[in-house]
Amino acid sequence: MKKVFAFVMAACMAATMFVGCAPKEGEEEAARVIKVGTSGPLTGGNAMYGNAVANGLKLAFEEINAQGGLQFEVNAQDDEADAEKAVNAYTALMDWGMQIMAGPTTSVSAAATAAECAADRVFMMSPSASDVSVIAAGDNIFQICFTDPNQGVGSADYISQHNLGTAIGVIYDSSNPYSSGIYEKFQERANQIGLNVVAVEAFTEDNKADLTTQVTKCQSAGCDLIFLPIYAAEATQVLTYADKIGYTPKFFGCDGLDGILAVEGFDPALAEGVMLLTPFDATATDEKTQNFVKNYTEKFGIAPNQFAADAYDVAYVIAAACEAGKVTPDMTAEQICEILMEQVLSMSFDGLTGEGMQWSADGAVSKEPKAVKIENGVYVGIE
Amino acid sequence: MMGMRLQNIWQKYKTNLLTYGTVTVAFLVLQILSSQDMLSRSTQGYLVPICAYIVMAVSLNLVVGVSGELSLGHAGFMGVGAFVGVVISGSLKGAVDSDALRLVLSMVGGGLMAGVAGVIIGVPVLRLRGDYLAIVTLAFGEILKNIIGNIYIGKDATGLHFAMSAGGVSLEEGGTMLLKGPMGATGIEKLSSFTAGFLLILFTLFVVLNLINSKEGRAIKAIRDNRIAAECVGIHVTAFKLKAFVVASVLAGMAGALFAQNYSAITADKFDFTNSINILVFVVLGGMGNILGSVISATVLYLLPELLRGLQDLRMILYAVVLIVVMLCTWSPQVKGKMQVVRLWLGKQKNKIFRKGAADHA
Repeated sequence: MKKVFAFVMAACMAATMFVGCAPKEGEEEAARVIKVGTSGPLTGGNAMYGNAVANGLKLAFEEINAQGGLQFEVNAQDDEADAEKAVNAYTALMDWGMQIMAGPTTSVSAAATAAECAADRVFMMSPSASDVSVIAAGDNIFQICFTDPNQGVGSADYISQHNLGTAIGVIYDSSNPYSSGIYEKFQERANQIGLNVVAVEAFTEDNKADLTTQVTKCQSAGCDLIFLPIYAAEATQVLTYADKIGYTPKFFGCDGLDGILAVEGFDPALAEGVMLLTPFDATATDEKTQNFVKNYTEKFGIAPNQFAADAYDVAYVIAAACEAGKVTPDMTAEQICEILMEQVLSMSFDGLTGEGMQWSADGAVSKEPKAVKIENGVYVGIE
Repeated sequence: MMGMRLQNIWQKYKTNLLTYGTVTVAFLVLQILSSQDMLSRSTQGYLVPICAYIVMAVSLNLVVGVSGELSLGHAGFMGVGAFVGVVISGSLKGAVDSDALRLVLSMVGGGLMAGVAGVIIGVPVLRLRGDYLAIVTLAFGEILKNIIGNIYIGKDATGLHFAMSAGGVSLEEGGTMLLKGPMGATGIEKLSSFTAGFLLILFTLFVVLNLINSKEGRAIKAIRDNRIAAECVGIHVTAFKLKAFVVASVLAGMAGALFAQNYSAITADKFDFTNSINILVFVVLGGMGNILGSVISATVLYLLPELLRGLQDLRMILYAVVLIVVMLCTWSPQVKGKMQVVRLWLGKQKNKIFRKGAADHA
């Protein structure tokens, strides 16, 4: 009898857990604002990227709401940069009543979420998920960042056109889709245009604590330019060690290097002369960028990186498309999706991360990468 | 006479029947709720991963709880099953029409490959004593993650293409990549369903509970309790340990195939050390050797961080706090003693009420 009683109690408890999840019918509230969702790693090792995207969106929509007109509400969910958790974050957002997806932050999460968005017909524009498989999931999936192959090809072309190096070394993270995606296309392009790649050194997520071997190997191969399609934190290790052994090749990176001057415990003087392709330059003097950097720093206490800028642009693209397409908050996600797709495909957008951005039907953006060089602790545009 | 026999059967299989019963009732209730549209999107989304993690926890319990070996790489077997399963179902697309059949085939294939991996590791390692299995399984999971992170498999009209670099696979027109190195598998068809998950749980329970209650199971438990004594009665220690270990790996592989085909993208990172520890936590909190405990704790602990989403940044801290509290409540002698006091007091109150009720009746 006691067992049966305990069993019934357990069943009741389990049932109450699910009751809390039952869908809510909050129609009146939903009618006033357009609900925009995003997901990204808000906790864990990649939290700086997820939080930058969430903050960028929050800042932009606050500004947009302050102008009057259409009102937006942002909900950022943690996906731990994991496909499984990203789908959980997505379904949680759908239960909340999300109408537009402005995420996820990382490629793997985005690939999983994109399939869901494509099936549910929810408009999705990712600020920073750069793998091509993301936009391949459906015609309603867009990116505002460069795709990885674009950056690889762009870097190879730039290096070759400007005769930056005769013997090129590459250090990349083979366990990271972003890094290996760029490297593969870079190598392919280098073979086509006759760039002389003499050393390719890889590391993985698990053994990135010490990159001295990779640098030494590049040195002994006689590289005069090292291509770094990696993130800022790892790049600082490479720069620091190269400086320590008195090895002074040129360094060339992609948008992942953005934020290198702000990495904790790194002497920014070592980054002098580093070249990178980046869509965003926090030290640019135009009014738009300066206002963004000022407001962001005031609100969140740290300087924005490229992820925040991308997210900020996504917010303005969504707002502009909603305005132009006469979207109203009472529309369903599906209706909004059709309108936004039409608007985005026909618009030309000037943002922080590029002028005259346009989208093709496959969801990729076309914008010019800016090549910059670090001089006296600031980015200086180079041609 | 008949009553006696029934009573005996009930006594003998009470725990097992309770386990099957709980799972079946939960399945039926959720199915009914789902058909009435009473489940939210998120709840529906949790169902398949919960099924997969229940199978993971139950199978790990066979290794940790029943055979008494510490395995820290259980997610590695799940990974083998996941990627083999994805490749199988991807390459059978077009050849086999039925989605259900394709899912079953991929689960069987994934389970078998995970079983092979289990034999490869188990044969040398289970001969050792002490904590070697823990160390080797830990390394196995990590090695596997790195290998899968470098494999590229593509499919086109001429067949499957395999390489260790992206440039190595050149596909004909219309070919698709099934596995893309660090990006993992993308564009997976979603074949998994809650019903498939439920059937896999039933299969797992059937295999594990029968193994535990069989002659082999008693031998395995004897080895756990006293290796030397077991050896003296003539039990082949390595063979029986291997049996438990391989059965657990096969089940984990099947769970992996189910899990992977619930998502359209999956990476090798998913099956790392952290995930193995997570599954071990399910087993430890559910109770070593307690199968129903594993089922319940896997469900509750999977849901917990999701239900705490409302707390935003605090959720991961709270999750840890809850784990510690549960751990204390189930394992600490002091807390257990205090709980006992409460339980006795409750029992007394209940007795009083019942006695009073009985007296009133009279």
